[in-house]
Amino acid sequence: MKLIVIGCGRVGSTIAKRFAAEGWDVTAVDDNESALSRLGENWTGGFVRGHGMDNAVLREAGIEDADAVVVSTDGDNTNVVIGQVAQKRFGIECTVVRILDPARADFYRERGLRTICPTSTAIDALGDAVRSCEIPQSREGVTV
Amino acid sequence: MYVLIAGGGKAGANVMRTLLRNGHEATIIEQDRTRFERLEGEFEHQAMQGDATELFVLEKAGVKRPPDLVLALTGDDEDNMVIAQIAKEKYGVPKVIARVNDPRNQPHFDLLGISPTVCATSSILGLVEHEVPEHDLVHLLELRKENLEIVEVQIDKSSPCAGTTVEKLRLPEGARLISVMRDGKAEIAVGKTELKPGDQVLAVLQPGKEDELRQILLKK
Repeated sequence: MKLIVIGCGRVGSTIAKRFAAEGWDVTAVDDNESALSRLGENWTGGFVRGHGMDNAVLREAGIEDADAVVVSTDGDNTNVVIGQVAQKRFGIECTVVRILDPARADFYRERGLRTICPTSTAIDALGDAVRSCEIPQSREGVTV
Repeated sequence: MYVLIAGGGKAGANVMRTLLRNGHEATIIEQDRTRFERLEGEFEHQAMQGDATELFVLEKAGVKRPPDLVLALTGDDEDNMVIAQIAKEKYGVPKVIARVNDPRNQPHFDLLGISPTVCATSSILGLVEHEVPEHDLVHLLELRKENLEIVEVQIDKSSPCAGTTVEKLRLPEGARLISVMRDGKAEIAVGKTELKPGDQVLAVLQPGKEDELRQILLKK
């Protein structure tokens, strides 16, 4: 299975490494050469230096026969556009896009883009963590 | 008319000024603090600071009314695409005009159905091409409202269409030949018109179809 990861920061590079370890054929794309170092010295997958908005860069990364695409650059709007290009121009059904802004993530999810919103996930996780705390009775009513 | 402008650079500020002078109602959104302060000095409460790709910022600027027209004129193409999509598809804004900063992004705007678009670089290049005679496809006129353009193509001996009649050409959808100029005389292009080397052909087409037209007429 072939995966293209666009935006090789903390999130993108970790996903790339994880899938490569599971035996996927992974190519990372980033317009910063130094992003390659995030993949580690033993990286045997592909790396294309260039901007994900550039169709030639996406083709060079092999998007035309990719099974899945992860879009995780540091710009929400850039991710939204690249995600739609991957889905609509290159027909990659499994295109997953990171969007930090919950409102935009919802809007594009309704329009058929697979969006992942780390902000919403964090909000839910923080809320759940608070609710799962065993708050001692004696603390109730204490004014700090 | 109520117009919402995203992006308060030179284009945005000048359009804003003209719209107000002509008696329209308008709001301009600018993210950058320094630029915003300058705009606020001139347009007062009609200028707003914020990221126009954020839904709550657009809503504060009145996108829910909705405006008759939204202009996505920021210096960032991805932002302009997102503003255009949100305005049109979420808030039902009847018309959105988007600025293309980098002509290489034009196919993305087209893919997402964002039209009309305006690209200063492309317009300048079009005019430059018009001045350079050896260019094979010259932009003569842009009909923005109609989203059409008129181009001129010079047919030569190596053109694959030379010796073919117009009806046999596999013209792309959204492109038609208007006229053929031969020996100083122009004729309206009809199905039976045969193209010959030396002809100057006028064509009307949707922007973005140039390459397909070039393939059929010139194949270079």
